[in-house]
Amino acid sequence: MMLSNVFFAAEPAQLFFGPIGLLSLVTWLPLVGGLIVLLFDKRRADLIKQFATVWMTVCFLVSLPLVVLWNYDVRGLQFMETADWIPAIGAKYQLGVDGLALTLVMLTTFLGPIVALCSWNYIEKRQKEYYALLLIMQSFMIGVFAAVDLFLFYVFFEVMLVPMYLLIGIWGGERRLYSAIKFFVYTLVGSLLMLVAVFKFYFTAAETVAKYPTEVKAAVEVIVGNNAPMRGLVLEGVELARRAGVAYAARAGGGSDDDAAPLGTFNIYALQAIGSARDAQGRALIPLSLQVWLFAGFALALAIKVPMVPFHTWLPDAHVEAPTAGSAILAGILLKIGTYGFVRFNFPMFPDASMHPTVASVMATLAIVGIVYGSMVALAQKDMKKTIAYSSVAHMGTTMLSLFAFNPNGINGAALQMLSHGVTSAALFILIGILYERRHTRLIADFGGVVNTMPAFSAMFMIATLASVGLPLLNGFVGEFIGLRGVFEANIVWAFWGTTGIILGAAYMLWLYERVFLGAVKNPKNADLPDLSAREWAYLTPLVAAMILFGVYPKPLVTFLNATTEVVVRQMRPNYFGSTTKAGEEQAAVSPATSDTAARD
Amino acid sequence: MLTLMIVAPLVGALILTLAGRRLGERLTGVIACLSVAVAAGCAFVAFFSRLLPAAPDAEGVRRVTERLGTWFSVGSFSADFGLVLDPLSGVMALFITGVGLLIHVFATGYMHGDAGYARFFAALNLFVAAMLTLVLADNLLLLFVGWEGVGVCSYLLIGHYFTRDEAADAARKAFVYNRIGDAGLVLATLALFTQAGSVSFAAIARWAAQQPVEALGWAAVGAGGLTTVGLLLLLGVAGKSAQIPLFVWLPDAMAGPTPVSALIHAATMVTAGVYLLVRLNVVFLRAPTALMVVAVVGAATALMAATIALGQDDIKKVLAYSTVSQLGLMVMACGAGAFTAGLFHVTTHAFFKALLFLGAGSVIHALHEEQHLRRMGGLRQFMPVTYWTMTAGWLAIAGFPLFAGFFSKDEILLETFTSAVLPGGLAKALWAVGLLTSFLTALYMTRLMALTFHGEPREAVAHVQPHESPPVMTAPLVALALLSVLGGALGLPEAFGQHPWMREFLTPLVAAPSEFAREAASHALELALMGVSTVVALAGLAAGWLFFTRRPLWEAPRVWQAKYWVDEAYEAAIARPLRLLAERGLWLGLDVSILDGLVGGVGRSLAGLGATLRDMQSGYARGYVVMIFIAALLILSYFVFGQG
Repeated sequence: MMLSNVFFAAEPAQLFFGPIGLLSLVTWLPLVGGLIVLLFDKRRADLIKQFATVWMTVCFLVSLPLVVLWNYDVRGLQFMETADWIPAIGAKYQLGVDGLALTLVMLTTFLGPIVALCSWNYIEKRQKEYYALLLIMQSFMIGVFAAVDLFLFYVFFEVMLVPMYLLIGIWGGERRLYSAIKFFVYTLVGSLLMLVAVFKFYFTAAETVAKYPTEVKAAVEVIVGNNAPMRGLVLEGVELARRAGVAYAARAGGGSDDDAAPLGTFNIYALQAIGSARDAQGRALIPLSLQVWLFAGFALALAIKVPMVPFHTWLPDAHVEAPTAGSAILAGILLKIGTYGFVRFNFPMFPDASMHPTVASVMATLAIVGIVYGSMVALAQKDMKKTIAYSSVAHMGTTMLSLFAFNPNGINGAALQMLSHGVTSAALFILIGILYERRHTRLIADFGGVVNTMPAFSAMFMIATLASVGLPLLNGFVGEFIGLRGVFEANIVWAFWGTTGIILGAAYMLWLYERVFLGAVKNPKNADLPDLSAREWAYLTPLVAAMILFGVYPKPLVTFLNATTEVVVRQMRPNYFGSTTKAGEEQAAVSPATSDTAARD
Repeated sequence: MLTLMIVAPLVGALILTLAGRRLGERLTGVIACLSVAVAAGCAFVAFFSRLLPAAPDAEGVRRVTERLGTWFSVGSFSADFGLVLDPLSGVMALFITGVGLLIHVFATGYMHGDAGYARFFAALNLFVAAMLTLVLADNLLLLFVGWEGVGVCSYLLIGHYFTRDEAADAARKAFVYNRIGDAGLVLATLALFTQAGSVSFAAIARWAAQQPVEALGWAAVGAGGLTTVGLLLLLGVAGKSAQIPLFVWLPDAMAGPTPVSALIHAATMVTAGVYLLVRLNVVFLRAPTALMVVAVVGAATALMAATIALGQDDIKKVLAYSTVSQLGLMVMACGAGAFTAGLFHVTTHAFFKALLFLGAGSVIHALHEEQHLRRMGGLRQFMPVTYWTMTAGWLAIAGFPLFAGFFSKDEILLETFTSAVLPGGLAKALWAVGLLTSFLTALYMTRLMALTFHGEPREAVAHVQPHESPPVMTAPLVALALLSVLGGALGLPEAFGQHPWMREFLTPLVAAPSEFAREAASHALELALMGVSTVVALAGLAAGWLFFTRRPLWEAPRVWQAKYWVDEAYEAAIARPLRLLAERGLWLGLDVSILDGLVGGVGRSLAGLGATLRDMQSGYARGYVVMIFIAALLILSYFVFGQG
């Protein structure tokens, strides 16, 4: 495969403040704020709230240059940083974001001040610890998306559980402890299996690259394109792995055992290159059976996060018991780590396993079951938060289904859905929180006729509802449609099942809306609910603005995501775009009919 | 200018939403009407000064286009904000803005004193903007924007009296039933894009014109070709245009204010499905099986709804089922390949059905929200303007000679009879169904008029002093009455030695039936069929008069009064089992008991292994962190040291 834009080298964006890169700053600034909060006098709760919110806002503003300075002409990672971390195993402190990771980092920093501001009245005890944890959590979530080293990713991935566990366990509802433990154990079990897979792959990768250095270097080119600094970074990782592989081989062959400890690499892109490299016959270098095991190890951890049916039962409990901000973060960001992981790890590292017909059908079937099952169960709920929780199961089912179309439309659509669901579901949980603060109940039956007393709030909820059901010109539609387009290309029957979400989504959301908001005020307790306060307006407006903005004008998001998506598809399906077309030109040059043909061979 | 047509009502809606109640009724009404007036002005100017003088392009079609930019473009897929005024969208835009303006004016009087005055007009303006987006869109995806937009406005407006539970229920029902259709439309869009490589109507038409006509037969249905596309589109049409099996939402939608019923649920939104059929006529003409199903669904809907209309006692319900029935006729026409006839009837129906609904609104207004026909009567003397204008609508819909409905319905029946795309026997059978529907139409409309305006004043009338509505309400009635009388001029039949303007105007954008080797209907046949339908219409009127001015009143069979128990059947066969399955089966059964129980069991046994149950419940996260690191260390050491 020739990629002619390789020859037009372009500089990825960088910004350093002395030794600290912008991405490090974006990642760690919230943690610093969290530590500062710990220095406050705990009796000055108001000051703590204000400080945390302002700090979150500053963190968001600091993250904006990531977008402003972005170089759209360069493939792959930008804002790269690298430093040694755990030399004994070759793990490095490496940060960097590509288009997909960037949008998810921005989603996280965008939601930060909103979740801080929405907690002001909701959290009534131990405010100091709460806001400190919220800020610390923020750092870990950004770290998950910014990490370029798999070990670093894993550490963020795991350590993130602790503040979330505490948020649910301390500030949650009545069954908070049960839910917190369930959440923790569930995700822990998955991630331990993932750790096994990570290490197995770490060694396999080293052995593989020692045998096939040329093939892996060709695969690196697919990933880095014209990004010279990234090429350096990835090749360094590949080289480390190769040396380690050679050393293992020497050791196995009875050679000298007194070498320096062989280092491998955890560089995600080096591992991707090794996983996606193909020999002259187009066969993957790692045997399929091993790929399947590794795929399963990663997939279980990620499927629990997504969550895919049947690994979803932690979600409703965690959502219902978590404080508003916890639910918003869970739905808005944590679930996305699961789908992000599939795009980042499973697809490029184990492409043959991902695309194996049995594996793909199982995953797609689980995704479809998630859509139908999640929607149906959402329909039956009596608690507002549970309805939205199960709706997340359904929405993430659509996202997973789109991913497993393995084509640019599907993966782009899935990524767009991740972002839009991040905003919409967070908004819905926050809106429910507003109602809960007034009535201290979330049972649908306790409401009715809320629109009479809270018209502005009801209008906001209506917009979020419509965004959730995928109305055009609101943020949910484009991702859903493009995703379905990809699924349709892959398998028409899957697409048919995917559209059931369109119907059922409207059914449960509008039924929820009707029972809570419409009708006459029957319960006197709802007779004089105050409408939105200035503070509530302040954090709802950006959410609603984002829903409308990215519904009408999704182009910026698409631009960021498309670059990543294209690389992933090239890694999985070297022939998808045809062998001679240049990157980025295929949309003009190749009609869908021909690309469909290409897809089939 | 096309953009301004959409933006003007959108701005109106925005102002009314933001400024809301501060404006006062008068200013609200002025802003609402003005914004639609600007849209109407744009439509007329664009139509007469830009579209008519425009030179036909390479395909022989006159088009005025405006492109605002790309909405989104992902990989090979892209959708534009592109508008096109061509003969088809031109005709639609004219009557949408024209009738829309009249209804807005009427509503300023009708909604007087309503607490949600500004909210009502904001939604109504938004609706006009969405409806214009739907018809002016130059691609399927932008059409879908309008399609969903009108759906949302319909939801908001049906639910205008949201404190009434039946209004809230009806609003949700309308949206969900529409969504079933939308799923079909989305799949059809995907299928068309996959095959034609574009969602633009022009490109789809160019592509479809080169496709072979698919074989007639059930084999084509699942083949994924144009027949499949056509049937998926039909699902969308059935949702929006209230056809079998999705028609049940429309009668319930009458819970909205009457001007809404006139504008959305009679004149404009519900015809969007027919518009879609006409817009994609080239696709359907390549899929005869799909056309056949379309025709049969339309005819069945027309007949079924007409019989139900005969058994209803609520004035708006009668008109609602009448709308379903008339939409059925339009769909049947499209299925017979008579797309221009279908669109012609869309236009005339917009005039007379809007008139009838507004007239009914005038009556309801005068009787203080009374809608029951059997409590009315004798209103003729109290409300002369309403009576005479509604009479024009009544005769128009009944197909009284030379009124608007006469010509459009006649064209449908003629084209169905002589259809070349349907098997001959079926064409004749559908013609007979259409004729029977015409008879029933005359019958139930006469019943409505007789019970409302003639005979002795009954209780509802006796209790209040009914008086004619104010001029702001009667003026639109008069204007619509004129259109109902004269609207037939848009398509005078060839048999009268005329050139049917609408058919010629729409050619070649909409395939004229002759293109498809229609049996050259001789003028004699045309006149004969016209004679038959005239006799049938007059017979219906006469029979209605004899039946429904007599006492005691003739009772329609129970099955018609009960609307064939369709709602009840859906509830028992689909909705209830689904709810039960969801709640008892999936949630409480599978989710909570089995899946969660399983996980709990696994968790407990794991915890039991280490006897750490108590520690876990102590809730200290420290413990977990330690556990992770111990586990990680163990695994790590296995790999690191176990390698050799």
